[in-house]
Amino acid sequence: MRPDLDIVAGLVGSGVRVLDLGCGDGALLEALIEQHGCDGLGVERDLDDFHACISRGVPVTHGDLEAELADTESGSFDCAVLSLTLQAVRHPDRVLTEMKRVAPRLIVSLPNFAYWRLRAELFFRGRMPVTLSLPYQWYDTPNIHLCTLRDFEAMAQDLGLAIDSLVPLRANGRRAPGNARLARNLLAERAVYALSA
Amino acid sequence: MPNSVGTVETQRAVVFDRDRPLTLDSGAVIEQVEVAYETYGELNPERSNAVFICHALSGDAHAAGVHPGDDPDRPGWWDNIVGPGRPLDTDRFFVICANVLGGCRGTTGPSSTDPATGQPYGLRFPLLQVRDLVTVHRALLAKLDIEKLLAAIGGSLGGMQALQWSIDHPGEIDGALVIAASARLSAQNIAFSAVAREAIMRDPDFADGDYYENERRPDRGLGLARMIGHITYLSEQSMREKFGRRIQDAETPRYGFDVDFQVESYLHYQGQSFVERFDANTYLYLGRAMDYFNPFDDPVEVQHRLESGKTGFLVLSFDSDWRFSTTHARDLAGELRAAGGPVTFREISSSHGHDSFLFPTPDYHRTVAGYLDRLAAAAGIASG
Repeated sequence: MRPDLDIVAGLVGSGVRVLDLGCGDGALLEALIEQHGCDGLGVERDLDDFHACISRGVPVTHGDLEAELADTESGSFDCAVLSLTLQAVRHPDRVLTEMKRVAPRLIVSLPNFAYWRLRAELFFRGRMPVTLSLPYQWYDTPNIHLCTLRDFEAMAQDLGLAIDSLVPLRANGRRAPGNARLARNLLAERAVYALSA
Repeated sequence: MPNSVGTVETQRAVVFDRDRPLTLDSGAVIEQVEVAYETYGELNPERSNAVFICHALSGDAHAAGVHPGDDPDRPGWWDNIVGPGRPLDTDRFFVICANVLGGCRGTTGPSSTDPATGQPYGLRFPLLQVRDLVTVHRALLAKLDIEKLLAAIGGSLGGMQALQWSIDHPGEIDGALVIAASARLSAQNIAFSAVAREAIMRDPDFADGDYYENERRPDRGLGLARMIGHITYLSEQSMREKFGRRIQDAETPRYGFDVDFQVESYLHYQGQSFVERFDANTYLYLGRAMDYFNPFDDPVEVQHRLESGKTGFLVLSFDSDWRFSTTHARDLAGELRAAGGPVTFREISSSHGHDSFLFPTPDYHRTVAGYLDRLAAAAGIASG
């Protein structure tokens, strides 16, 4: 499993009802169900990923996560996960609010647009950065709402979400150096947040 | 034909008799029950590869292959999904399909002889619930010495049976594939069902259900019921594509009250061919079983049962189905999930309305095949 999913799995915990929004091929959910005794449900829009979930025996709904969230009853999960997907949804604030409604605990990971290499690329080349963790051209990208870690933390505060813990990460999903706020916004390519209402 | 199960024959088994009669959920008793069924593929030595097909209202035991002497181009009603290399892969699975209790295609129903009177039951046949249909399926399995199903699969009323089965008998089914089904009929569904029932019961030839010995049967009523039903099985789009406003056997309208439009002719044909193979009383009994179907009437009990088993669910709907729309399927999936059942759900795009579950749409078959593959792998059944 990808190292960052390992970190997410650790933050989710054991024996909880977990909703994985944009669950991909179901690797995280499979680990949560098989190794951590969780009750898991995934939502995935991509058909190949949906079928990969079926092959893993992971319960999954095919569909758009925003529509599925709207259809989910309040408090029906203990934990809602959104891995590297927030930047691709139409209304990130509404998605977080909805996640908060269906589960008291949220695990959110996102790419950091303030990572120093991205800043440098923008500063020196004057072009939208294309990197390992953000490999798309600006005109052909699913990432329509990129933000910095500080942006995200500010939004979480506005939405009444407390940050219980966070893990700054490199592009390969391993831990990045420095936990201080300034350092992580510069040195982490992405981060995982554990939030609660 | 490649990938076909080939020539098959319907078999019969007496699963309840005078010494061991069938007691229905209502408490009513049916003394003797015979079941017509077909099987495809081989039961493995571990007896772990059985897949049970539950058929819909107008279906029967003849799901796949052809009967001796039949037109090879007119195989069983679900032939496209059953066979070597098909989703219900007979190289790996032992597939069973049985005509339901109350049916008219070989299994005991209202047209069968009541041993108490020597006459056909007619409306003296007790009212049935979906649960009772499952009871008889299980009796057949016991007869075949099969304790556990790898999967139960069905569309419409068939999906309802698979659902009820998995709730009532946790641990007996590894995976329930519930397709184009509903956990409870809507007011609109019941309204259509009521019109169909009235069409049959108001036919002067209905004779309170005792028409078996008469010269005339309630063919007009049953045909009308089928026409109404068929409208709800198709989608607006499929009707438009299939018929549009075209005139039957002519370029210009004839102007009159006789059948003129192609769609009228089609519905008439559907109605007429249906009465040749179906019994009006069976239509009433199975329709009513659907009307009253309500497997989640006691959610706490359902939760308790699902927790004690390990059945997984695949719930599928079709976007053009307005009889049991995706809303029905979502509600069903939601209730299963609330009760702790692991549910995979997908809406599939198909223009064939409620009948979509009968069509070999690649996306649909891929999903069913994938789900069965996973069940087989988890049960240690070798891949084909």
